[in-house]
Amino acid sequence: MNRYVIVGTGVTGVTALNTLRTNDPSAEISMVGDDPHGFYSRPGIVYYLNGEIPENQLPIFSKKDWKPLNVHFVKGVASRLDLRNHLLEIDSSSVLKYDRLLIASGSTAVTLTIPGACLKGVVKLDDFEDTRHIISLARHANCAVVVGGGIIAVELVEGLMARGLKVHYFLRGDRYWPNVLDEKESRLLEHRLAEDGVILHYQTEAAEVLGKRGKVVGVRTTKGETIRCQVVAVGIGVKPRMELAKSAGLATDRGILTDETLQTSSPDVFAAGDVSQVHDPQSGKSIVDTLWHPALDKGKVAAINMTGKRSTYVRTLTTNVLRLAGVLTSIIGAVGSGVDDDLVSVARGSSETWHELPNTISLESNGDVNHVRLMIGEKKLVGAIVMGDQKLSDPIQELISSKVDISSIRNLLIPGAPLGQIIMDFWSAHKLPVRSA
Amino acid sequence: MGIQISLSREFQRREVLVSGHVVPKPGRCVQCGICSFNCPIGIDVRRHAWLGEHIEASQCLTCGECVRRCPRGVLSFERTELFMKGF
Repeated sequence: MNRYVIVGTGVTGVTALNTLRTNDPSAEISMVGDDPHGFYSRPGIVYYLNGEIPENQLPIFSKKDWKPLNVHFVKGVASRLDLRNHLLEIDSSSVLKYDRLLIASGSTAVTLTIPGACLKGVVKLDDFEDTRHIISLARHANCAVVVGGGIIAVELVEGLMARGLKVHYFLRGDRYWPNVLDEKESRLLEHRLAEDGVILHYQTEAAEVLGKRGKVVGVRTTKGETIRCQVVAVGIGVKPRMELAKSAGLATDRGILTDETLQTSSPDVFAAGDVSQVHDPQSGKSIVDTLWHPALDKGKVAAINMTGKRSTYVRTLTTNVLRLAGVLTSIIGAVGSGVDDDLVSVARGSSETWHELPNTISLESNGDVNHVRLMIGEKKLVGAIVMGDQKLSDPIQELISSKVDISSIRNLLIPGAPLGQIIMDFWSAHKLPVRSA
Repeated sequence: MGIQISLSREFQRREVLVSGHVVPKPGRCVQCGICSFNCPIGIDVRRHAWLGEHIEASQCLTCGECVRRCPRGVLSFERTELFMKGF
């Protein structure tokens, strides 16, 4: 009987568990995790924060769903990995023996390093408990400062607004998320936030969090300005939780390095999800994603390989569809380049591939609310941003992922052209079905 | 004239409601559960999205609450064969 151990109770771990049980019904499977809430929708915590759902909506599985998976849960921190003897130590007290092990420990928010960063009231939005903590603080607060970039910072801004706080949002540069959005898109979202009452501070950085009796009472900026607040919310990026891998001597870089089968530098240890940095044979690069669906796919591939069968992770088009400042937005493929000064590492809910824009031309079509930007290569589309009306989102995803030759409409794609209509007509003519899975 | 347009739109809306069912795109779903929470008759729409199944529960009112509230555009209406014209 095979003994599998999965470290992590997120979507990667649970997908791996499901796949292991399907492929090896008699196996002994243990799952180790330190999150007291187990498996829940991590992207969903923002909707708990903004009050759209109650906290009891976050757990994804019921007892009925867990039963057929027949898994042994071990609550605790996976503290040491003995590769030679195939042993995993938990909380430096108990030990699990494994034949194959999966590290799916995810990522954790990067914290501020400025003076006052340890005061009560400085928060991150990483997990269930963080969300509870913010909601609890918000009950006795009237003002917050948010620092950071990417999706999570805006979700913090919106969540704190929804909890009735006045929110100041600090941006180090001139605009929001400059390595993914173009200037018009940044302005559109900033405008929406400002309309909702958010006070945006450009070229502003927190120099010190001010405290009194251990609690936050304000923030001093690098310009010398002081803003009184009781909450400082931080969304400056995430870092893979790879302490276990590092101390065991596994090869790591920005994440735990794996080949396309999700195998690490040790043959019986696999890594998947946010913690992994996976080799992509097509580009020759090793890439970190912090997106839900790649995490799910990687969990599946790793589990198949753990059972001794062969599967490779094929990088699909990295896409995220989400609501940003109230605007439904699809980010598809390569759309930007460079760095975002508001982030010190990869943002949660993003992919490094979004910033690897090759030589392209950018073309936009704007309406009052709806906006489309296409990144056009020589013969194919390589990326797009679709904001507002999402009718074009699926057709564009299909055209990019299928690498459809767009030479026949290339000359039509010029400034001022009705982009939406051209793309829809072209897509319909190719009879590419809308992807439903 | 205005009333006629308004009635026509309402007719189209109702036609879609009675002849369609809710279809998830699992590739977009992050299992937040807003859909299930807002279903007025308690269908676990999220579970359908996890399994990649259409919401074909006979109790579904096709009220569109889950479609409208999903923050990631996961859910949409699709016409069913059952009530196609000429049936």
